[in-house]
Amino acid sequence: MTTQADNTRSGNLAPVARVRVAKRSLRHDLRGVKIVLHRELLRFVYDRTRMISQLVQPVLWLVVMGTGLSALVISGGGGGQVDMRTFMFPGVIAMSVMFTGMFSAASIVWDREFGFLREMLVAPIGRSAIVVGKVLGGALVATSQGIVIVALAGLANVPYNPLMIIELVLLMFVGAFTVTAFGVVLAARIKQMQSFFGIMQMAMMPMMFLSGALFPLSALPTWLSFLTRINPLTYAVDPLRQVVFRHLDVPPALLARFNPGVTWFGWQVPIGMEIVLVAVLGAGLLAVGIWEFRRTD
Amino acid sequence: MTSDGARAPAVAATGLAKCYGAIEAVKGIDFEVRPGEVFGFLGPNGAGKTTTISMLCTLVKPTGGGATVAGHDVLTDSDEVRRNIGLVFQDPTVDAYLTAEQNLRFHGELYGLDKAVMKDRITQVLEMVDLADRRGGKVETFSGGMKRRLEIARGLLHSPRVLFLDEPTVGLDPQTRAAIWGYINQLRETEDITIFLTTHYMEEAENCDRIAIIDHGEIVVLDTPEALKASVGKDRVQIATGDDEAAIVALQSTFGIEAGMHEGAVTFAVPSGEEFVPKLFAGLRVPIRSVHVARPSLDDVFLSYTGSTIRDAEAGAMDWARQMMRR
Repeated sequence: MTTQADNTRSGNLAPVARVRVAKRSLRHDLRGVKIVLHRELLRFVYDRTRMISQLVQPVLWLVVMGTGLSALVISGGGGGQVDMRTFMFPGVIAMSVMFTGMFSAASIVWDREFGFLREMLVAPIGRSAIVVGKVLGGALVATSQGIVIVALAGLANVPYNPLMIIELVLLMFVGAFTVTAFGVVLAARIKQMQSFFGIMQMAMMPMMFLSGALFPLSALPTWLSFLTRINPLTYAVDPLRQVVFRHLDVPPALLARFNPGVTWFGWQVPIGMEIVLVAVLGAGLLAVGIWEFRRTD
Repeated sequence: MTSDGARAPAVAATGLAKCYGAIEAVKGIDFEVRPGEVFGFLGPNGAGKTTTISMLCTLVKPTGGGATVAGHDVLTDSDEVRRNIGLVFQDPTVDAYLTAEQNLRFHGELYGLDKAVMKDRITQVLEMVDLADRRGGKVETFSGGMKRRLEIARGLLHSPRVLFLDEPTVGLDPQTRAAIWGYINQLRETEDITIFLTTHYMEEAENCDRIAIIDHGEIVVLDTPEALKASVGKDRVQIATGDDEAAIVALQSTFGIEAGMHEGAVTFAVPSGEEFVPKLFAGLRVPIRSVHVARPSLDDVFLSYTGSTIRDAEAGAMDWARQMMRR
C-alpha cells in the first residue's frame, strides 16, 4: 500500500499534476461538437446488432414488397416497364435514413435514462455544442446506413453511376440532418426510452406513408394529395427519386407515372427548392432543440 | 485538512432553497465549506442532499437564495463554476459502450484539456483508482465498484478545485468502500482540493473534517464529528465485575449513577468516561475485571438532534413516498 501511495505521489510531481480547463471559446465548443459526434460514431460502430437490425427492414421492403408488388402493378402504356423495386429504391433509402436518424436521436433519451447526459450537461461547454454534435453525429450515422442501401442498387436494377451516388449521399445527409434534429426536439422532453419509441412510431408511420416513398404522388384524391404536400418527408424523398430516375432510361409516359415530382396547385416544385425547404426545416428544428436544452431543470 | 482563514470559502450558500411545486426540498440553508477540507452532508435519503449538490453544480436552479463555488456565483457565473468542479454522481454516468480510456478522453475533450498533458493525466488518474490495467476494457464488463472508481477518476481528470461526491460508496461492498475512502484521504494529502460529499452512512461521516446534518431540507447542526459527539455529552461505560448486583448498588450509593445490565455487563452513561474510570477504581468496592468506554457515535448525535435515528428517518421517508404514490 505504501509503495502504491509513493508511486502516485511521485506521479504527482510531474508537470501534469494540475491540468487547466479551457476557457469558454468557439474553439472549445467546436472541440465539444467533435467529441460528441465522435462518440455517436463509435457507438454506432460498436453496436453491430443495431447496424444489422436497421438493415433488415429496408431490405424487406425492397426485395420482398418490391418484388411482390411488381407482379400486381401493370405499368401503364408506352411499351417499357418500370420495376416496382426501382420505384421503391429511393423511398427505401429515405426510410432507412429516417429510422437511423431517429434512432440516433433516441440516444439522448438513453443517455438521460442512464445518466450520461448529466456528464455532458455539467461540462463547461455550451448546450448548443452538445446538440449540434448529436445532430451531426446522428446525421452521419444515418447517411452511412443509407450508403449501405445505395450499395444494394443492383437489386433494384439501378445502375451504379458515380455521379448519382454522390448526389444521393449529399441528399441523404440533408434529410438525415433534418430527421435527427426532429428526433432531438422530441427527445429533449422525454424521460423514458419506451415512450420515445411510442411517439417515434406514431410520428414516423404516417410520415412514411404520406411521403411518396411507397407509391407515386400523382393522380391521388385531393385529401390524400393535400396531406402528402404538407408532409416534410415528401420533399426529402422526391429529390432522391428525381436523381435516380435521371440516370435511368425510361419512356416519358412511364416517367410521368412513376416520377411525377411534387406539384403545388399544378406548379412543379423545383428540386433545388425542395432541398432548401428540408435544410431550412432542419436548421429550424436544430434551433428549437438547442433552445430546449438551454432551459435548465 | 487545514483551514485557511485568508482564503475565500470553497463553497458558500446563503438561504439556498429549492421548491418543487408545493414541496420544499431544500428550505433556505446557510453554510460555508473551507478550502481544503472534506465536508460531509449527512442525512437520510430524501433529506435534500442531492438537490443541494445539484444546485451547487449548476444542474438545478435554486428557487431562493444563492451560492458560490470556488468563488463563482452558481446563478450568474455557471460556466466558471463548471470549470472548477468535479462531480461523481450517485448513479453511474459512464458510457458502458465505451472503454474506460474513451470515457476519460471524452471528458477531457469536453473540458478542453490540453492534448499534450491529457494522456499523462488520464494515466495518472487511472493509476490512482487502480484501473490502469483495464484502461482498454469496455465499461459494460466492469463491476459496480470499478465503475464508481472510474467515475472518481473522471471527476478528478480536469483537476477540479472542488470535488462533489454524491453518495460515493452507496451500494458498494465494504472492500471497495474502504478503497474509495483511501482515495479520498490520499487526495486530501496530494491535491489542493476541497471535497464535498453526501452520505447516509454514519461511520463514513466520521472521516469528514466537518459535517452538516441535514433533515427535511434543513441543516440541523454543523460541526466537526468530535464536537458533535461531545455535544451529545455522555460516554457509555460498561464494566464486568465479580458481583454485578453489588456493583450496581455501589454505583448508586457512591456516585449517584443509575446503572443497568446490558449485553451481560454493568452499563451506565457518564459525561466523560475516560476521566471517570480512575475514580471508579478508587471508589468502587467491588472487584472490576474489565472496563469498556465508548464515545457517543454519530448515531447518538443524529438521534439527539433530529429526534429519530437515521434508519427511522429513512423508513419515514419511504412511507411518505408510498403515500404520495397512492394519491
